[in-house]
Amino acid sequence: MHLHEYQAKQLFVDYGVPVPQGRMVESSQDAAAAAKALGGERWVVKAQVHAGGRGKGGGVKLVEGVEAVEKTANALLGSSLVTRQTDSHGLPVHRLLIEGAVAIERELYLGMLVDRARERVMIMASASGGMDIEEVAARDPRAILTEAVHPAVGLQAYQCRNLAFGVGLVGDQIKAFTRLLGGLYRLFEQRDASLVEINPLVVTASGDLLALDAKLELDDNALYRHPDINDLRDHSQEDEKERSASEHGLNYITLDGDIACMVNGAGLAMATMDLIKLHGGEPANFLDVGGGATAERVAEAFKLILADTKVRAILVNIFGGIVRCDLIAEGIIQAVQDVGVDLPVVVRLEGTNRDEGKALLAASGLSIIAAEGFTDAAGKVVQASRETAA
Amino acid sequence: MSILVDQHTRVICQGFTGKQGSFHSEQALAYGTQLVGGVTPGKGGQKHLDLPVFNTVRDAVDGTGAHASMIYVPAAFAADAILEAADAGIELIVCISEGIPVMDMLKVKAALSGSGASLIGPNCPGIITPGACKVGIMPGAIHKPGTIGIVSRSGTLTYEAVYQTTLAGLGQSTCVGIGGDPIHGLDFIDCLQQFERDPGTEGVIVVGEIGGSAEEEAAVFIRDHMNKPVVAYIAGVTAPAGKRMGHAGAIISGGKGTAEAKFAALEQAGVAVVRSPADMGVRMHEVLAAS
Repeated sequence: MHLHEYQAKQLFVDYGVPVPQGRMVESSQDAAAAAKALGGERWVVKAQVHAGGRGKGGGVKLVEGVEAVEKTANALLGSSLVTRQTDSHGLPVHRLLIEGAVAIERELYLGMLVDRARERVMIMASASGGMDIEEVAARDPRAILTEAVHPAVGLQAYQCRNLAFGVGLVGDQIKAFTRLLGGLYRLFEQRDASLVEINPLVVTASGDLLALDAKLELDDNALYRHPDINDLRDHSQEDEKERSASEHGLNYITLDGDIACMVNGAGLAMATMDLIKLHGGEPANFLDVGGGATAERVAEAFKLILADTKVRAILVNIFGGIVRCDLIAEGIIQAVQDVGVDLPVVVRLEGTNRDEGKALLAASGLSIIAAEGFTDAAGKVVQASRETAA
Repeated sequence: MSILVDQHTRVICQGFTGKQGSFHSEQALAYGTQLVGGVTPGKGGQKHLDLPVFNTVRDAVDGTGAHASMIYVPAAFAADAILEAADAGIELIVCISEGIPVMDMLKVKAALSGSGASLIGPNCPGIITPGACKVGIMPGAIHKPGTIGIVSRSGTLTYEAVYQTTLAGLGQSTCVGIGGDPIHGLDFIDCLQQFERDPGTEGVIVVGEIGGSAEEEAAVFIRDHMNKPVVAYIAGVTAPAGKRMGHAGAIISGGKGTAEAKFAALEQAGVAVVRSPADMGVRMHEVLAAS
């Protein structure tokens, strides 16, 4: 789960990580009022969307004067922000973070994530802050310092010192950095984060450390133990169809092609998309109906697929294991009748009770194209999509 | 022959009397697995499926001499269940449960290190040695005793590989689903190592997917340490970056973990890669015929 910058910064504050003074607003009037309340002459108006690259996308503006704050807020609110991390439609801007401008001396980078290969939380720090860290890594991997935290003993002070001295901090900043990093690690561990990024972490003109930006992603599997964080979810930043799918126990991701697929199992679902592509087609979606696919789920899956107007043909690929193919076939028949599917549907059934399932589909009188095997199914659905398009 | 489990493996089930535990225990028994009992705290002393129920894994080990356990408890209790099994001396822990927090698994893995216990999963179909022992949720009927080892990050895609090798007349020595989570137990290399040593295994099919670097690491291992032929398929060529494709671990992030990079690494290591998931069995047959 992604959080907005202002939500992440609130959590930072809870864990003693210093952030600039700021306020979240949802109207231009409130933006102006926030600027006045914060004081000063210059403010930063920051669009709150679940994507990086906001600065280059025009979603972060440094402005002078309260009127400029109001004008900028007015322009941003209600707009869609397109960045290198969004699609061409961008993400809607409903909330802004107004912060007082900070006099910056140096920009650093600080990140924390789970390293799968080492099975540790890895901390990354770099003196090259404010830039795309992946570009820094590609250009000069040595510019990024890392420390791996043992999950049993936690973050140690020496690891903080290694990084602090490594990025060129001096004097009191070493202790300040150690405190900041300690708070950030506690946040990571206690709140089940999967990624924390502060880019940039700045040294101010007065020598203090400040998290100027904040990116925080949390482990979906752990949300059950953080109900307060679950409440921070912003549905406007999520794909409507993907969200409604997950409410029905379906795993759905929209793609650009015109061949929809419905598959049991995530690996087989990806493999089905790949095989469609290999046969010259383009998959319209990833859709895993799960191991315990029921007739209701199959019906919901058809509804999702049909809501996508790009779709010209549908491939149902089921490897019946614990799920019996005859039950799936009944679900398909019921769904096709109830939902009213008028696109070609290619069905491949394999595994438990395959023959019974096939017999049911054949006897249904529905124009379902039966496929013999995985390859045949992909070939047939690509052909069917071309015929629909023609 | 086989790896990790065979007809002598004595298995218990944690979460024995629950819906999932009951169903898959029945299936395991029907397949001929030596399931010797189960654990449900508070129900010790009862009988379930004609087998003894214990309050703790320690009691179950004392009472049955089990050395393997399959875990079907909800994700929130899975880390505890794994650690309890390891502490009671269980040698092979198979965790089917899906949705365990990563932070739990980091701690579990650190605690298991040096314990002598091997973990399969979580979020996996389990392990099966056809005709001898089924510990997991896979459909027994598609398997056939034979000579191909299969190791996979996926569930139904593993069944695809199994079915194809059955159709090709090869059958399987052992099939291991290592699971779709980013932090998990046995990995490709652990299984490849065992398959290389197993006299009953003539070839191995590796089924990978996007995310992480386990396939790249496996490629290096295969190049340096394996004599038996390996066929590999990677799912997710068409997967968009930054999206989690069903499995917690199946995500391309920061340009890393793409299917293309994994295919390239395996190809360079001399692995017979197949671009079509329908070709795993056929390709294995060709490779074995040529060697």
